[in-house]
Amino acid sequence: MSLARRIIPCLDVDGDRVVKGVNFVGLRDAGDPAQLAARYNQEGADELVVLDIAASRDRRPTFLATIRRVAAELAIPLTAGGGIRSAEDARSVLRAGADKITLNTAAVARPELISETSLEFGAQAVVLAIDTKRFGGQWVVMVRGGRESANLEASAWAREGVARGAGEILVTSMDRDGTKSGFDTALTAAISSTVSVPVIASGGAKLPDHFAEIFTAGRADAALAASIFHDGIQPIRELKEFLAARGIPVRLPC
Amino acid sequence: MKITLLDLGVGNVASVERALERLGAESERAATPECVANAEALLLPGVGHFESLIRVLDERKWRAPLCEAIGRGVPFLGICLGLQALYGGSDEAPDLAGLQLLPGRVRALPPVAKLPHMGWNRLVMKKKSRLLGGIDADAYFYFAHSYAAIEQGQETVAVCDYGGEFVAVLEKENMCAVQFHPEKSGEAGGRVLRAFLRQGA
Repeated sequence: MSLARRIIPCLDVDGDRVVKGVNFVGLRDAGDPAQLAARYNQEGADELVVLDIAASRDRRPTFLATIRRVAAELAIPLTAGGGIRSAEDARSVLRAGADKITLNTAAVARPELISETSLEFGAQAVVLAIDTKRFGGQWVVMVRGGRESANLEASAWAREGVARGAGEILVTSMDRDGTKSGFDTALTAAISSTVSVPVIASGGAKLPDHFAEIFTAGRADAALAASIFHDGIQPIRELKEFLAARGIPVRLPC
Repeated sequence: MKITLLDLGVGNVASVERALERLGAESERAATPECVANAEALLLPGVGHFESLIRVLDERKWRAPLCEAIGRGVPFLGICLGLQALYGGSDEAPDLAGLQLLPGRVRALPPVAKLPHMGWNRLVMKKKSRLLGGIDADAYFYFAHSYAAIEQGQETVAVCDYGGEFVAVLEKENMCAVQFHPEKSGEAGGRVLRAFLRQGA
């Protein structure tokens, strides 16, 4: 049972450019998605996520074109999301070259979307993305790019998503996102121990130690980060060598 | 050798096409049963539900020409569901018959670990393999499935262990299949596809 822990760079895309922000606001340009994809494919990323942060209808064709360009560079799995509101939207994203879709706000609004897409494309193609923020003692699910509370508790929503057919959970700590202070280990461990599917941790990564911690105490199956990879602060190969030295199973590219 | 892809609308056929293109192989998507019958080499990709794959295969009347071509010695590679389809059937869709080119059934992976089995895993070699020749024993391959061929046969050349062993690579004369996705498995996956192309050349 030597399933490798996955390192997943995330491209937040606005149209045809990669952008980055701190705590979901203050976006800056961070490069061409296809160029970054080619680099990560080469450096040993285990998967790539592309999220359409604008998620507006009129810019959909641009996003689909971006998925096509990114997919052309990859020999690893590609997950794409942002603004997927129907099985039809999901189909167009998968046809453009993605292997999996992420569902977020639209799944909260209409949870049947999870089962519809899971039945049509298989559970392995459906990732439920949960953005969450801590209020008091609870992790509350946030929607619309983190601007609104969904009045749902994150673990309960993760369980419901899996029951409806999600094959993976991508959990983002909005408290940590962009802070570079480390993943939210307690949050990720809570979600991971409550669901039967793989969990991807997101938000707050900077140091190799943060990754080691999320794979051990945080019980994450995969860890996602954006700017530390884009900026070259943390080369993926070095990160994996660090993790391997700690006894964490990772795929070391040849 | 031109590869004829059986595009059944399940899974990411474009990624298989790109992987073949990177290796300099020519490929086309089958359009009719005749395309399947006259193929120089066949590739059946697929991820998702066993039922979708078998239903579309039958709707398009590809079952008979596919089985005949494999029987005639046409090089064949099945990927993921394309491996599972070779068996008698699958517990994922108990009422549907598989291609029945191999005995036994496809079963659900035991729920002792997280499912789907999704991510990069290693293989345990059981026999000398044509597809895996020259590949590091500790190479990782990308899997995404919840069902698998649990029972091993003469044709099993490598297994994967995830809460128990299942068939990861099988080779029976011209018929080869892998449970992982070589088109998504980086450099190691490219080598598997290259080995398949060499076999048909």
